[in-house]
Amino acid sequence: MAAIKFSLNGKTQTVDVVPQMPLLWVLRDTIGLTGTKFGCGMALCGACTVHLNGQPIRSCVTPISSVAGKNITTIEGLSADGSHPVQRAWIEEDVPQCGYCQSGQIMTAAALLNKAGNPTDADIDEALRGNICRCGTYQSIRRAVHLAAKYHAAGNGKPATRAAGGAE
Amino acid sequence: MNTATQKIDRRSFLKAGAASTGGLLLGFYLPERNKLGAQAAAADSKLNAFVHIGSDDSVTLFLHKSEMGQGVVTSLSQLLAEELECDWKKIRIQFAPVDMAYGPLQGTFGSMSIRTSWDPLRKAGASAREMLVQAAAQKWGVDTSQCRAQNNEVVNTATNARLSYGSLADAAAKLPVPAKVALKDPKQFHLIGTSPKRLDTPGKVNGQAVFGIDAKVPGMLYAVVARCPVFGGKVASFDAAKAKTVPGVKQVLQISRGVAVVADNTWSAMEGRRALQVQFDEGPNANTSSASIRKTFMDMAEKPGAVARTQGDAAGALASAAKKIEAVYEVPYLSHAPMEPMNCAADVRADGCDVWTSTQIQTSAHGTAVKITGLPPQKVKIHTLYLGGGFGRRGGDDFVGEAVEISKAIGGPVKLTWSREDDMQHDLYRPASYTRFAGGLDAEGWPIAWTTRIACPPFGGMRNGVDFTGVQGVSDIQYGIPNIQIEYHAPEVGIPVTYWRSVGYSQNTFFAESFLDELAAAGGKDPFELRRRLLAKSPRYLAVLELAADKAGWSKPLPAGRFRGIAVVNNIGSFNAQVAEVSVTKGKLRVHRVVCAVDCGQVINPAIVEQQIQSGIVYGLSAALKGAITIDHGRVQQSNFHEYDVLRIDEMPVVEVHIVPSQSAPGGIGEASTPSVVPAVTNAVFAATGKRIRRLPIRPEDLV
Repeated sequence: MAAIKFSLNGKTQTVDVVPQMPLLWVLRDTIGLTGTKFGCGMALCGACTVHLNGQPIRSCVTPISSVAGKNITTIEGLSADGSHPVQRAWIEEDVPQCGYCQSGQIMTAAALLNKAGNPTDADIDEALRGNICRCGTYQSIRRAVHLAAKYHAAGNGKPATRAAGGAE
Repeated sequence: MNTATQKIDRRSFLKAGAASTGGLLLGFYLPERNKLGAQAAAADSKLNAFVHIGSDDSVTLFLHKSEMGQGVVTSLSQLLAEELECDWKKIRIQFAPVDMAYGPLQGTFGSMSIRTSWDPLRKAGASAREMLVQAAAQKWGVDTSQCRAQNNEVVNTATNARLSYGSLADAAAKLPVPAKVALKDPKQFHLIGTSPKRLDTPGKVNGQAVFGIDAKVPGMLYAVVARCPVFGGKVASFDAAKAKTVPGVKQVLQISRGVAVVADNTWSAMEGRRALQVQFDEGPNANTSSASIRKTFMDMAEKPGAVARTQGDAAGALASAAKKIEAVYEVPYLSHAPMEPMNCAADVRADGCDVWTSTQIQTSAHGTAVKITGLPPQKVKIHTLYLGGGFGRRGGDDFVGEAVEISKAIGGPVKLTWSREDDMQHDLYRPASYTRFAGGLDAEGWPIAWTTRIACPPFGGMRNGVDFTGVQGVSDIQYGIPNIQIEYHAPEVGIPVTYWRSVGYSQNTFFAESFLDELAAAGGKDPFELRRRLLAKSPRYLAVLELAADKAGWSKPLPAGRFRGIAVVNNIGSFNAQVAEVSVTKGKLRVHRVVCAVDCGQVINPAIVEQQIQSGIVYGLSAALKGAITIDHGRVQQSNFHEYDVLRIDEMPVVEVHIVPSQSAPGGIGEASTPSVVPAVTNAVFAATGKRIRRLPIRPEDLV
């Protein structure tokens, strides 16, 4: 085991775990941030999505060693107070049902908005087809992403992900 | 966050369960129906759900139902708050502990939460309000007729003086509970029938909502279990040497369902299990396969079964019919596949046991823990957390039993997590079914005879040879057909089965609504018009059929390449009809639009009704288009979502929900729409291709 240092939600984090341990379990079990969910363990469902340097990744298949020196943002760090445009839109549209997949949905949607400020339905489908929701909130998700894009454009929300910055 | 569930330290749970903070604490009996529909004990037997008004003016509802997405945190709060006249923003939710006061079967299933709480929770709110009003009247020395409750205060209508609920709670708690309270006329409702935002949303968009899998107990270890892949098999021997060399692995031990690997994190436990060597005795099902199961079902369906319903002389009418139609319908086993895999945290001590889990049936979890620990029932506490989907799966207590056994063995707290593979391969499945139909038409093409013979493993409770869950959706058809015979066989093939969203309707409504479409086609009738005629004496059926057909434009032409199908169902005390619009291009089916009309009686929260209809449709579409659990050598062949795919956002049709206004008693909603979407789609496929879909999931070869 060796200490691995990275930036987690804007703060330097050091963990001493085996290098192959997936980021998901480091977040959930070692650090205790349980907003990121375990769904499949094989990058098939999207429930574990977090941002690595602003890009959405599946934390269940991301060895912690590959995160060293990088910036990780989880649902807990997307905004300090639930004010991210995607979170506000999710609340306005009352998207979640059971809610288990929604951290992953929100992180994927936030990354999409960073890339495409005003996504089409096709863009939304393409970006989010890897995120399963068994409650079937897909129609609400589409509406909420469009609404989040409006909030985003109006500058009513905070940046869709944390600015890049070293883990040092 | 409005719910009071985010912190999971043991002490606060125990304290909350005892509600020891003073103030007004009321108990109300909530009658619950058991699985067989019998009425539970009388209403005056034990105290039940609790309303707590804090001196800080907060209103806490001790929620005796599990929140798995269906919206009870919000809709049951609406029932209470409507009569309590409290400030909606002051409502807090505490998931209730297990207590006989909540009835002998405390759980969330059968789409019954609203139906069984509709009266009692409104009465709970009204009683509390009356006591607060009386406390205020005593303080002011006036008659209660001079006092009015509104927005968390009691107002003196003569002086306009006000007292907050918080300031009255202690005095109110000392008053006797009113023997009888008047409930509002529905015309006076200001919350029921409206759509306040869900109380659970804020915590579900910032990572704060605590699901079972998120439970944290100080000092806990993490466990996974290696189980025999063959149903009914057991551990013969195991070698833990390699597993114990995996960093983080602490212990390897046998439990009744397999071998547990305990580590200081979940991933190490999973890695330890990978290194573990186990020899299993595969037991009597080692050669069972989907093909052998199907043959068992087929052979049974050749012979007469137990009679579930008989009316007229179906055999005679079939023999004399001008036209006879026969068909066999089949569905596979299905996994529930909720997004949150099964899990449970347990802490077994000499003096007690605490269990943190996302369960649908608290009394079942409790009973299991009591049995394994040998502790007195009152020493075993079940702490319900949010459920990451339930769909029937979390009515099982297998995951609770495993966690309790492990904690007992290691003498400390542990959290058991199932992998997705564990979840899919050790589910309790929606049973497969093999079902034969025959129908007879008269010379004008109207149905005069209907027979069905079902072979489907039982699980709901046998009575006179019939499992009601195996036949529901067929045995209760309301079509005006004079001669009907429904028979049932109960094959036992060793695959564990249980409730799956909408239960028997999930397959039988597909069968019955497809076969009715076959009769319409054979008789040259329009499928909508035939249903209207045969349901002419059933006004609630007719209303949803006609509304769905109208909103979908049934009588109007479609764009080229688009085709429609229709289906209707009456389940869980509600009615819904759906029209699906599909296209089939080069063997590829696309569902573009689903129009659903629903009559679920009095609506509590229309937005949640719409959510649940959409949700049930997605669940049904996953089964229609994709879902199949198959068996080979006694084990499930599918392991994860690449082999058991579900509907994804790019396949989501536009879903339109139209609610029939009603003041009938509330019906259920969580399972309403799952059955009817399937035949609406397959009937649309028939319209598109002329091919009748008689087995699920729909395969490309069934479309060309």
